[in-house]
Amino acid sequence: MKDKKFSLKNPSLQSILTSLICIILGLLIGYIVLLMINPAGAGEAIKTILLNFLSRSSAAAQMKALGNTLAKTAPLLMCALSICFCYKVGLFNIGAPGQYEAGACIGLYAALAWHMNWVLCLIFAALAGAVVGAISGALKAYRNVNEVISGIMLNWIMLYLTNMVLSSKKVKDPASPYTIKLMSGNKSALIPSAGLNKLFANNTTVTIAIPLAILFAILIWVILSKTKFGYELRATGFNKEAARYAGMKEKQNIIITLAIGGALAGVGAAFLFLTGYQEWSTTQTSVPGMGFNGIAATFLGGLHPIGTIFASFFIQSITDGGALINKSVYPSQISDLISSIIIYLCAFVLFFKYALNKWISKRDKGGPNVNDVPVTDNAAKKEGGDK
Amino acid sequence: MDAPYAIEMVNITKRFPGIIANDNITLQLRKGEIHALLGENGAGKSTLMSVLFGLYQAEEGVIKKDGKEVKINNPNDANDLGIGMVHQHFKLVQCFTVLENIILGVESTKGGVLQMDEARAKVKALSEKYGLQVDPDAKIEDITVGMQQRTEILKMLFRDNEILIFDEPTAVLTPQEIEELMVIMNNLREEGKSILFITHKLNEIKAVADRVTVLRRGKYIGTVDVATTSKEEMSRMMVGRDVNMVVDKEPAKPGDVILKVENMTVASKMHSNNAVKHVNLEVHEGEIVCIAGIDGNGQTEFVYGLTGMEPLVEGKITLCGEDITKSSIRQDRHKHGLVLDYPLEYNMILQRYYQPDFTSGAGFLKRKEIREYSERLEKEYDVRSGQGPITIARAMSGGNQQKAIIAREIDKDHKLLVAVQPTRGLDVGAIEGVHRQLIEERDNGRAVLLISLELEEVMNVPDRILVMYEGEIVGELDPKKTTVEELGLYMAGAKRNVTVDANSSEIEESEVIDTAAARKEEA
Repeated sequence: MKDKKFSLKNPSLQSILTSLICIILGLLIGYIVLLMINPAGAGEAIKTILLNFLSRSSAAAQMKALGNTLAKTAPLLMCALSICFCYKVGLFNIGAPGQYEAGACIGLYAALAWHMNWVLCLIFAALAGAVVGAISGALKAYRNVNEVISGIMLNWIMLYLTNMVLSSKKVKDPASPYTIKLMSGNKSALIPSAGLNKLFANNTTVTIAIPLAILFAILIWVILSKTKFGYELRATGFNKEAARYAGMKEKQNIIITLAIGGALAGVGAAFLFLTGYQEWSTTQTSVPGMGFNGIAATFLGGLHPIGTIFASFFIQSITDGGALINKSVYPSQISDLISSIIIYLCAFVLFFKYALNKWISKRDKGGPNVNDVPVTDNAAKKEGGDK
Repeated sequence: MDAPYAIEMVNITKRFPGIIANDNITLQLRKGEIHALLGENGAGKSTLMSVLFGLYQAEEGVIKKDGKEVKINNPNDANDLGIGMVHQHFKLVQCFTVLENIILGVESTKGGVLQMDEARAKVKALSEKYGLQVDPDAKIEDITVGMQQRTEILKMLFRDNEILIFDEPTAVLTPQEIEELMVIMNNLREEGKSILFITHKLNEIKAVADRVTVLRRGKYIGTVDVATTSKEEMSRMMVGRDVNMVVDKEPAKPGDVILKVENMTVASKMHSNNAVKHVNLEVHEGEIVCIAGIDGNGQTEFVYGLTGMEPLVEGKITLCGEDITKSSIRQDRHKHGLVLDYPLEYNMILQRYYQPDFTSGAGFLKRKEIREYSERLEKEYDVRSGQGPITIARAMSGGNQQKAIIAREIDKDHKLLVAVQPTRGLDVGAIEGVHRQLIEERDNGRAVLLISLELEEVMNVPDRILVMYEGEIVGELDPKKTTVEELGLYMAGAKRNVTVDANSSEIEESEVIDTAAARKEEA
């Protein structure tokens, strides 16, 4: 019993626990909504959402569906990493969708107009994302423009810019609003699957993008927690003034951070569009959800690069599962609604953590409260100093 | 017969992870007394006051008001019980007038319209009764720190508080203002108010307090009558050993010029005027030069200019003949000195993280070396924390944060040490240590530039004093020959012996009465 008490205070375990609470609550609320619409099929529907690919009839179909989910998890994970990385450095990169759009734009253009191979396309996508991120970063560093504001505006600018660029005759299919399929346009730009597709019933969209995304997650974790570079960036994020005084180039660090975030989101786009999973629709009028879902995955993953791997998969899985609900009973929007309720609750992860800590300290009354930080005269001093 | 107790805190215990902040502490405040609360940094004074104010709930112990047990769950409960507090850093709205600040939160309205006349009459009556001179219609941003403090005191009186807590009230005041405050505190006592007076300064306790309660490392040491206890005894109770109150030092043996500042002018961020005007000074190796002055006379901007945090409007800085490494103890430990969300060990290497000692060739941090380095500094400089190197800096007491910075800065290799208010908020024991280290630095042939607001420090530590007033160096004094009173006159701008365009060596005795300053003082 004593051991259990102790382990509950372990921050990593707490993160996992609170994320699970979010998921359970989200499903519960989703279930209630389903009950309100039509009680008869609610149980079945929620089961479908949760099981996703497992609800398919044959083993082969299950593997194929799992492959699809994984193929879309990779780009989602990259967007989540983009946000996670910036968040650890004290920046909220809500501009990830815009950087993602830029990655899609240049990645696809390089593939279809310049006929480059997938490695070069990937690099171009990363560079495009980095440039867009760096714009937000430079505005923040030199003009103190909040990165959230510039990020949101750039999301829309990049959307229409991408639509415009990809409407060019060289890359757009003349018969539809979509870009030309890579299969027919430029096979060399397709990310190779290196035999992975065979594991998933010949699902050609399963490529090395998936293991690459996981490698990126590990890389980000190592950079942030083990290297001098990460030490510098995090110090800048926590206390810009202290960083500057320690001789760090805080303006440059802000730009670099958002550029790296942008590159990650740009690669994310390449991981979707260069697998041939789907084409860019040049008539779309809303910012792709991938970047925003990345925010949810980041928080659900406990703001930890490794945690986001699992969170990204889960979010993608329920999104795909939601699409399988019986459409004759429930309106087609219901799948999005359920997944957005869960995503919405992800924002409460920190709140649940706080509540959990409060509960622990209440339970072992008299013991030290992990939430309390001794009040010294600092709090007051800080206020005074900031004037 | 002794007066009954107004507030009693009996056997209070409050724990934090790794530390017992208050261990069975009893504090009894009589009606109509000034009761000092004395203790080292991190002794638990702030925690105890937070418990009294309802910011924390003690795990053990009870609080009694007029002998009856009360529960204080939040600051509103404390207000309802008539407990008021003047915080060390004032809680005033800068762009509001004095009167508006006083009534803030307890405004009386008629049909949604503020009724100021009644409040104005009450404030006027109170300020006359207690000798608290304020201009009710002046804006906070325009008045002196002393008047801001009087506004805070009036705020408590306006709410009819009977128990007044003063948290290190003299830290921000000039010597003259401190004397005025002492008179005010005496007036308040005579009118039957009970005062809790938190301070490090034994002189002030001697001057006004009736009794003093001493805490040390979270433990209750005792409560004694001030009249029958010497300063030495009090400091021994607080620190747990004999403290050398006078700084021992050999005469300075100045060598070559290390730092030379010529005609330095720095723009102000607050107003269109320059904050630092044509400052000339030299610091030699093996000497401590102190820039004295009242807070806000350009010292901050001077240090910013010196350390390259702010661009100079004009002027030249020469360090050892060229611009090379510098080292400093930051005045605002939160803004510049520490990354509060980093563990202590990461803060210890903040200035040196990139050196091969702490970072491998491949750019990875050497965690083991960092841990060992941090442990060594903590031991050498007596930095106390709950969990050692992995303690998050935010969770450490202010004094220990300060000590961590001092440890880091002195341990760094350097020629010039710029110490900006290095003892701010430290207790006598720790101050003694810092002063010893500064003098040791000097004796090791380093140049030390000390920027200080503490009069005792200014008089005791440096070999030369430069007084800064409204961005100018107005006086150069020899600490062995000058007096506190004389220093005070220079600091208030009433006297100067250095003219603007003259070299700092040219000293002529002339009295310039600055009328603006005189007006300010009168107000």
